[in-house]
Amino acid sequence: MSPAHYLALSALLLCLGAAGVLIRRNAIVMFMSVELMLNAANLALVTASRMHGTLDGQVFAFFAMVVAAAEVVVGLAIIVQIFRSRRTASIDDASLLKY
Amino acid sequence: MSLFSPALLVGIPLVSAAVLLLLGKRSNAWGHFLGTTASIASFGVAVAAVMHLVSQPVGSREINQTVWNWFTVGNFSVDVTLSIDALSGVFILLITGVGSLIHIYSIGYMSHDENRRKFFAYLNLFIAAMLLLVLANNFLLLYVGWEGVGLASFLLIGFWQHKNSASTAANKAFILNRVGDFGLAAAVMLMFVTFGSVSFPTVFAHVGSAPGHTTTWIALALLLAACGKSAQFPLQSWLLDAMEGPTPVSALIHAATMVTAGVYLVARSNAIFDLTQTGRTAVMIVGTITLLMGAVIGIAKDDIKKALAGSTMSQIGYMMLAVGLGPVGYVWAIFHLLTHGFFKANMFLGAGSVMHGMNDDVNMRHYGALRKSMAITFGTFLIGYLAIIGVPPFAGFFSKDEIIKAAFEQSVWAGAAALLGAGITAYYMSRVMFMTFFGKARWQSGVHPHESPAVMTIPLIVLALLSAVAGYGLLHVINLEEWLTPLLHPTTGELPFNEALLLPGTLAVVAVGVVLAWFAYGSTHEIPVQAPRGNAFIRAARADLGGDAFNQEVVIGPGERLTATLVAVDEKVLDASVMGIADTFTGLGGRFRSLQTGFTRSYALVMVVGVIIVGAVAFLVRLS
Repeated sequence: MSPAHYLALSALLLCLGAAGVLIRRNAIVMFMSVELMLNAANLALVTASRMHGTLDGQVFAFFAMVVAAAEVVVGLAIIVQIFRSRRTASIDDASLLKY
Repeated sequence: MSLFSPALLVGIPLVSAAVLLLLGKRSNAWGHFLGTTASIASFGVAVAAVMHLVSQPVGSREINQTVWNWFTVGNFSVDVTLSIDALSGVFILLITGVGSLIHIYSIGYMSHDENRRKFFAYLNLFIAAMLLLVLANNFLLLYVGWEGVGLASFLLIGFWQHKNSASTAANKAFILNRVGDFGLAAAVMLMFVTFGSVSFPTVFAHVGSAPGHTTTWIALALLLAACGKSAQFPLQSWLLDAMEGPTPVSALIHAATMVTAGVYLVARSNAIFDLTQTGRTAVMIVGTITLLMGAVIGIAKDDIKKALAGSTMSQIGYMMLAVGLGPVGYVWAIFHLLTHGFFKANMFLGAGSVMHGMNDDVNMRHYGALRKSMAITFGTFLIGYLAIIGVPPFAGFFSKDEIIKAAFEQSVWAGAAALLGAGITAYYMSRVMFMTFFGKARWQSGVHPHESPAVMTIPLIVLALLSAVAGYGLLHVINLEEWLTPLLHPTTGELPFNEALLLPGTLAVVAVGVVLAWFAYGSTHEIPVQAPRGNAFIRAARADLGGDAFNQEVVIGPGERLTATLVAVDEKVLDASVMGIADTFTGLGGRFRSLQTGFTRSYALVMVVGVIIVGAVAFLVRLS
């Protein structure tokens, strides 16, 4: 299998994730879509690493995973807090910060 | 420190003023006594000093005292040096002598005023400043006294500051004096630049080697200063409003201090004026204009104090004319200054005494027939009147006659103006006299004229005696001309006509003035209580011959228009551009803020679109 297939899969996953973020209203689902986009990026990085024969992309993918894990902790905590105070996980109801 | 130390002379009233002002209300009970005592003590020192001068040979009649070194900057050093010579000697006697009489008079005149202590503090300050002015041995120290006089006059003219008119008059006097002060400051700076020194001996010794135009500029700057302080045209308009102060202040300003400062300045700087014909001519023209203006204003005023103020303007005009004549006139200017100091103080205090008996009414149309109810005031005022119009043998006769003579020697026009002025003087002073003391009583209801207490009449009597004898005494007994010769170097000129004609001519002009006044205001004539409208000439004179209108049109109006223009520029150009920038961004912000919907998904969509655009651009650039 050529690396192009991996890159195509990566692009597909990224588009799926982006569509999820844009279309879904449930904060948890949007969150999962963001994770999907991150992993699409990781896949592209690892593929690039394989293509170039260096380890840079793989190392970078690890960093992205660590940051993503940390981000999940913060993001989920915020979502749980919003749910507690508003009894909803719909992202459209958390729209107070506007003009 | 000897008895006749100049520092003591200035110090006594200055310390007294400081004590009275610092102790405040605690010194209310005895403040007027301290003030009067300080002034009299200063007079004592002045007498001792002048006696000492008299005992010295002519060449060394000078007391110099360097009190301390004021400052030294490089080669430029200024000492606080006070000196009494023949010229400042006569001034200190006039200032402290007449000043003391005015202090004594004020004890009675201000007895009902709750701020009498403060009044005496200011009087003392005035005396001290004026003494510093005439004793200073350099122009910078003179400037200190000059400003001190301006400050004290401001405080005294505005003494009844609860009256709006009084505080306005005080401001007017101060501001117009500042214009004159600018002249003095300019003169001092010019001297410093030209001679590297501001002390009298150095400047007067080197003035001959300075370029002619510099000397002329210095002289003109000094003239501007003199115009401010001595209320000469075109800075004369403050003097008439200065009548808002208590009457003793008017006497002090008009007789012993303040307005004489300008004449003193020019006489003192005679070494400068001797070298510049332009400067002397300017002084002469200013003096002539002012002497006629003041006299004309004096004709029209119904307010007794303003009529006398017009007269002061006119008499100071005589002195300026005399100093403008050069060496033939200096001595006679000082002579007239002294006699005027006596008879004008006498008449102002007399006017105060009349007002005291008439419930502070100043309108002469409400007077009349006061000679019986105020016999002493009438008698002293009569002597002052005879002195000012120049009836022999009273004081003004000698001094005014000498000035007219000197004026004719120099220029027929100046002489004719001075002679005409003498006639107008006789007219307006006779008018004051007839309206106040003669004719029928036109008193308002509830007014009971009465003679003033002795504390007020005794100074009047002393001043009346001086007004009677000072002319002959100063000229023939003391021989003022010889006394001042070492400083003022008088010369005599040639009269363009027979000298025997001058005296009868002058007396005839004076008699015409008196007779005209008698027909207009004499006993048979009914004086309306309401002022008649008068002809255009009288109305112009009532409006101070346009003095205020001149200031309004030439200075205040353009100044106000300039500030209005600057305000408009500030608001319409500077503010508008700054505000315009701010408004632009506020408007833009208002439009852009509607993008902030609060919906996370719409933000995400913007980001995605942005990323796609960036990616597309990168891709396309790569391709090309």
